[in-house]
Amino acid sequence: MEAVKLVYPVEGGDLIEAGEASSKMKLTLKKLGLPPDVIRRASICMYEGEINMVIHADGGQAEVDVGMDEIVIRMIDQGPGIPDIDRAMQEGYSTAGDMARDLGFGAGMGLPNMKRYSDEMDIETEVGKGTTVTIKIKI
Amino acid sequence: MQHSVSIEYARCRGCTTCMKNCPTQAIRVRRGKATILTERCVDCGECIRCCPHKAIKARSDPFSCLEEFQYTVALPDPALYGQFQHLDEVGRVLDGLLELGFHAVYETAKGAELLSDYARKHPGDAAEKKLPVISSACPAALRLIRIRFPQLLEHITSTITPMELAAILARKKAVEETGLLPEQIGVFAIVPCSAQVTAAHSPDDLQQPVLDGAFSIRDLYLRLLSPMQKLDAPHTPSSAGKAGVRWAFCGGEASARGSSERFLAVDGMDSVIRILAAIEDDRVPDVDFVELCACTQGCVGGCLTVEDPFVATMRLRHLIRSLPDVACSYDDQVGDPAIVQADKELEFAPVYLLDPDRTVAMEKMSAIHDLERQLPGLLCGSCGAPSCHAFAEDVVMGRAQREDCIFQVRARMRAMTGPEDSDEYLPAPFRSKLGKVVPSDR
Repeated sequence: MEAVKLVYPVEGGDLIEAGEASSKMKLTLKKLGLPPDVIRRASICMYEGEINMVIHADGGQAEVDVGMDEIVIRMIDQGPGIPDIDRAMQEGYSTAGDMARDLGFGAGMGLPNMKRYSDEMDIETEVGKGTTVTIKIKI
Repeated sequence: MQHSVSIEYARCRGCTTCMKNCPTQAIRVRRGKATILTERCVDCGECIRCCPHKAIKARSDPFSCLEEFQYTVALPDPALYGQFQHLDEVGRVLDGLLELGFHAVYETAKGAELLSDYARKHPGDAAEKKLPVISSACPAALRLIRIRFPQLLEHITSTITPMELAAILARKKAVEETGLLPEQIGVFAIVPCSAQVTAAHSPDDLQQPVLDGAFSIRDLYLRLLSPMQKLDAPHTPSSAGKAGVRWAFCGGEASARGSSERFLAVDGMDSVIRILAAIEDDRVPDVDFVELCACTQGCVGGCLTVEDPFVATMRLRHLIRSLPDVACSYDDQVGDPAIVQADKELEFAPVYLLDPDRTVAMEKMSAIHDLERQLPGLLCGSCGAPSCHAFAEDVVMGRAQREDCIFQVRARMRAMTGPEDSDEYLPAPFRSKLGKVVPSDR
């Protein structure tokens, strides 16, 4: 059985609209009848990834492969990249600007939350080129 | 289940307005008329509000139902009190209802107040639920959760609605006072919305309905006006305090419950859907209680009311000034905690599921995506579905045919007639071939 492929563009600079991709994905996963906990975890990871792309990378693209055994989410951006992944993974560490913080984002929980709710997480990043965060959630 | 929302086909022009505004994508246009996918309809009434041809109605019961019973009790929703100008006492409305022929009145606001009192005195009930606890009072919101947010079912309070509690207590009281059998007594709610009509007949939380029917505020309004004006000083005392009447507008339930400030009072279907999606993903921290109202401003905004919801809310604020904060106590007047408990588990209704077998569901999803890519993405509604995605899904699920999309038909016609012929259908300035352009100086 081939994986169902979903692609969602994420607009940059628009924190109000952020979350659209994750809510669309969630509806699709519900239509497929996946276990509620899997849907919830995928949706949380996707939402955090979306916010990250909007705040740090001026948007990007989310690609989702829904297979029989796992969901793979790739969040791909052409943003500034992450200079120090270890620090970025620390809870509470954030480089978000004032605008994002004023809106209640930038608590430094984005990547740590994605790690917590996923079964596998991998970050490929190059400063000045961009970042791809790949997440796997077992079904 | 018999829905209250229904379409009057003679008036429907198939304009697609309702279809595009339906929050649960429950409407399709077929043979030029709107049709409702009943399992998706939550009776929220959005379609009734937006229909430009007044072709969508909420069915409530005819008054002739009253004749089937020896003794009848009216259960007015507190939203009814906000419909009248210059009303200074709730008792006047209650007198008016008796004047219309009901043998007794029992305020739904009293049921609401008793429920609030019960919730305050039995915090343990809510402690068994997942946080935030979600109110079960709005039947449209409840049904929405049942079809779209199954994970949140564990958050919903397990108590019945104010209307149901009022009905149970009203029947009991009538039996005691008249000596008649329970089935000889007709208990009728006077409700502000289509969802309450449906809930009166097919409750989500009870095995058996406890009401004999529901009349709409709109149907009753004009009949009530003249008896209410003729009466001198009201005789019937009101039995509910501020706490109960406040349930008519959004935020009233939360404040009557005596919740901390950590509550959300959400009104309007779009907002309700947005907040439920956020709660589902743990994005709403530090909230203990969530009150949901499908209608703007709460029940005063119901599609079967007469007055503007903002005006009605203002009137209610004025009206309740003379009422006590709380007029009744659960322990004194009801006592038995079992009465408020729902006896039916809220079940997930997977109406959006493509197939119970996930392999098949995935195949269908891939087919839907393949077809959607070939569609124009205009959301024109000509096919009778609210979006190209919904149309693709309808085709794959056997609810529509590919040829229902006029763009698919046009593409096929073009392919059959050859590319150059498309110029024939275009006015001169838009034709692609030079030879066919009519010179403008002639």
